[in-house]
Amino acid sequence: MSDSALEVIGLYKNFGALEVAHNIDFTLKRGARHALIGPNGAGKTTFINLITGVLTPSSGQIILNGQDITGLGQAERSRCGIARTFQINQLFRGLTVLENVVLAIAERQGIASSMFRPLSSYSEVTDEAMELLGNFELNEDALRRIDELPYGRQRLVEIVIALGQRPSVLLLDEPAAGIPSSESQHILDAASALSSDITVLIIEHDMEIVFSVADYITVLVSGAVLTEGKPEVIAADERVRAVYLGEVDRG
Amino acid sequence: MSQLSNIIISIIFDGLAYAMILFIISVGLSVTMGLMGFVNLAHGVFAMAGGYFVTSLMSVAGVPFIPALLIGAVGVAVVSLPFERFLYAPLYKAGELDQVLLCIGLVFMASASFTYVFGPDPVPIKVPDGLRGQVDLGFRSFPAYRLFMVAVGLSMAAGIWYGFEKTLIGARVRAAVDNRMMAQSVGIDVDRLFRFTFALGSGLAALGGGLAVDILGLSPSFAIQYLVLFLIVVAVGGLGTIKGTFVAALVLGVIDNGGKYLWPEGGAFFIYAVTIVILLLKPTGLYGRHG
Amino acid sequence: MTPDTKARGYFARRSRLKWWEGLPWVLAVAAFFVLPDYMAFGTQVLITIIFALSLDLVVGFAGVVTLGHAAYFGVGAYTTGMVSAHLGWTEPISALLLAGFVAAIVGFISGAVLLRYHGLTLLMLTLATAICLQEFANVNEDVTGGFDGLTGVGFEPLLGLFEYDLWGHTYYWYSMAVLFLVFVVVRIMVNSPFGMSLIGIRENSARMDAIGTPVYRRLVTVYGVSAGIAGLAGGLFAESNAYVTLDVLSFARSGTILIILILGGVGRLYGAFAGAVAYLVLEDELAKMSPEFWEFGVGLLLVLTVMFARGGLLGIFDRLRKLFDRAAP
Repeated sequence: MSDSALEVIGLYKNFGALEVAHNIDFTLKRGARHALIGPNGAGKTTFINLITGVLTPSSGQIILNGQDITGLGQAERSRCGIARTFQINQLFRGLTVLENVVLAIAERQGIASSMFRPLSSYSEVTDEAMELLGNFELNEDALRRIDELPYGRQRLVEIVIALGQRPSVLLLDEPAAGIPSSESQHILDAASALSSDITVLIIEHDMEIVFSVADYITVLVSGAVLTEGKPEVIAADERVRAVYLGEVDRG
Repeated sequence: MSQLSNIIISIIFDGLAYAMILFIISVGLSVTMGLMGFVNLAHGVFAMAGGYFVTSLMSVAGVPFIPALLIGAVGVAVVSLPFERFLYAPLYKAGELDQVLLCIGLVFMASASFTYVFGPDPVPIKVPDGLRGQVDLGFRSFPAYRLFMVAVGLSMAAGIWYGFEKTLIGARVRAAVDNRMMAQSVGIDVDRLFRFTFALGSGLAALGGGLAVDILGLSPSFAIQYLVLFLIVVAVGGLGTIKGTFVAALVLGVIDNGGKYLWPEGGAFFIYAVTIVILLLKPTGLYGRHG
Repeated sequence: MTPDTKARGYFARRSRLKWWEGLPWVLAVAAFFVLPDYMAFGTQVLITIIFALSLDLVVGFAGVVTLGHAAYFGVGAYTTGMVSAHLGWTEPISALLLAGFVAAIVGFISGAVLLRYHGLTLLMLTLATAICLQEFANVNEDVTGGFDGLTGVGFEPLLGLFEYDLWGHTYYWYSMAVLFLVFVVVRIMVNSPFGMSLIGIRENSARMDAIGTPVYRRLVTVYGVSAGIAGLAGGLFAESNAYVTLDVLSFARSGTILIILILGGVGRLYGAFAGAVAYLVLEDELAKMSPEFWEFGVGLLLVLTVMFARGGLLGIFDRLRKLFDRAAP
């Protein structure tokens, strides 16, 4: 197997005349902590949607662990080992924390289509869910409904669900969005503590967060890769600074 | 003129008159559904109320037909406002299941109430002498009332289209249908806009209901009988589009009328078959963009 | 107790039989001895519960709203009726199974097409499909009997022993047995991982896509199963009435069964029981007095349910129980 977990080659996407991804070449090294940054509207979430199969690329190729997954749907790609979290919580709000995680684990273990045995007889699913929740200090909340949790803890459940899929590639779409910076450190710690078997691509807006987590950075502007490199290189790059300063001016 | 072309012209002409009724009643439903995504199965109640309003004004108070139509439309528009405020508004964020049930409940209550007040039998209407009989257009003669119906329908369509496309309030409605959040963020009061279009749509439905009495008949089962039809027109046309509703009303009106004329036993089949085909190919309707 | 065993127990507790789950069956048996003259009516109630249960799988668990479920009830009814009237297939149990089978096939095929759509489009498509089917049955009157209904439907004694009787005694027990079996299967299904994944789809189908669930395939599966059960209800209906009319496919029937389910409470199995009994008993009593009174009453009940009692009759029961729990130390 090559040392890249995910490879994107010549990716294009347009909606009519609007081009949202322009000739993106992108490699995610196995075990990397890779960050994708760029100003608002740069197409970061679109890029995630293209990788996960929510959107179909107009042209280009997406290769996961050596396998071409461009033609696969979202659910199939997920079963191949891509998991993601969402910028705005996508949880099963009426269900308990435990159920939220169990759904993902049952699906990965391939038992979710089993109809004639009670879920309670698959104790390995519950045990795995509790173990994962324990890693994030969520086990005390396991039987509470998602609605009853503070937002910051809901953000953690987002990550636990994705980990329940036991992904080889994990895409974190602004995992700390919407929570106070005092709490965001907790989420970042969780992201940093992930096993090195998991390759992580983190989309982030806040540069401080990016530099504390990432070992490699890609800068996306207007749907195209502006530059990429190690954090210290990116930090020194004039063009990147211009893009961000420009944004500060606008905002 | 040959027998065949005579029949074809009759079918198309009657279908047109029928389509105009469908359009006038459904257009308000299309816009309100486009705005709020509310599956309003009870829209036909307002049309039915319009029908009874008009016939009662004429028979009890001796008001002539045309003024009765206008009073009926305004009356129902006003009456519809508390319905929107107290029954519909709380459910805008609810699921379609709750909305459907509320509406079915309202239709049942309306049907029972109208039966209680007006009796279960169809109510006749006496249209003015000038609208009765036939009018000779040179190459052949047409039933005067249907001719009137087509004329009213076309001018209403033109008026509504103008209001929707060329006025400020129309632009606001379009913006809100297109992207509610965005419209709100640029300062459009979407709730008030919605109340306004809801009342307007109900008034139009009442007008259509009054006009329809002579063609479709009027009985307390009107809302139940036609509930599906209005919704189909909206779904086939696409939510929140005047043009879509108009085209859908034309297509479905002419097909339904023609189907029932040519094949009385199985004619109702066509309109539903056409609906299925159109929705399978274009899930958001002929001119719709929303899901 | 460690959280782990608590978590393991959580799902076990949910699927464990509770004492009150025996109540409906005790009542159903008791009804036979207390109200022997109402057994024909009682049979219709049982059949309606089966039909409502089938709808609960789709609406209550998977969260797919349909306005055309009578299509499968009707397919079942016509299947049983036609094999009896035309082919002389008069063994009731096999004819019933056939009804379920045919309806399930129709359900899988139509579901495979319909479930690619959502929301209003799906509502309209299910509705139009059922009405089309009704018109189709209307036109093909040489096989379906058309508007006048299918006559010549009749069945041998059940198991060769129990004759059809005008009081509905035989079919009451028969329907209860079918309901029981259907209920057992449905109950197992909703407590399985499959059932859990349906609930996941109901709560957030986009996230289910993201965690790798083949959402569409799972929906088609449950839709087909549900159609099969609706077909069983329809088949029972045809056998117990020895008569089938176009009404089995009507929009009114699709709408009524949805109303019954909501009144009882969706997504909780017993809502089908509570809704069917409450609705049919009320209808029977009130419609005798005055049809308008009944129509108004059921309309009002619906409006009140939606406005104040989401979760239906059983939802009210739940809330009372919670109040009680909170009041008790």
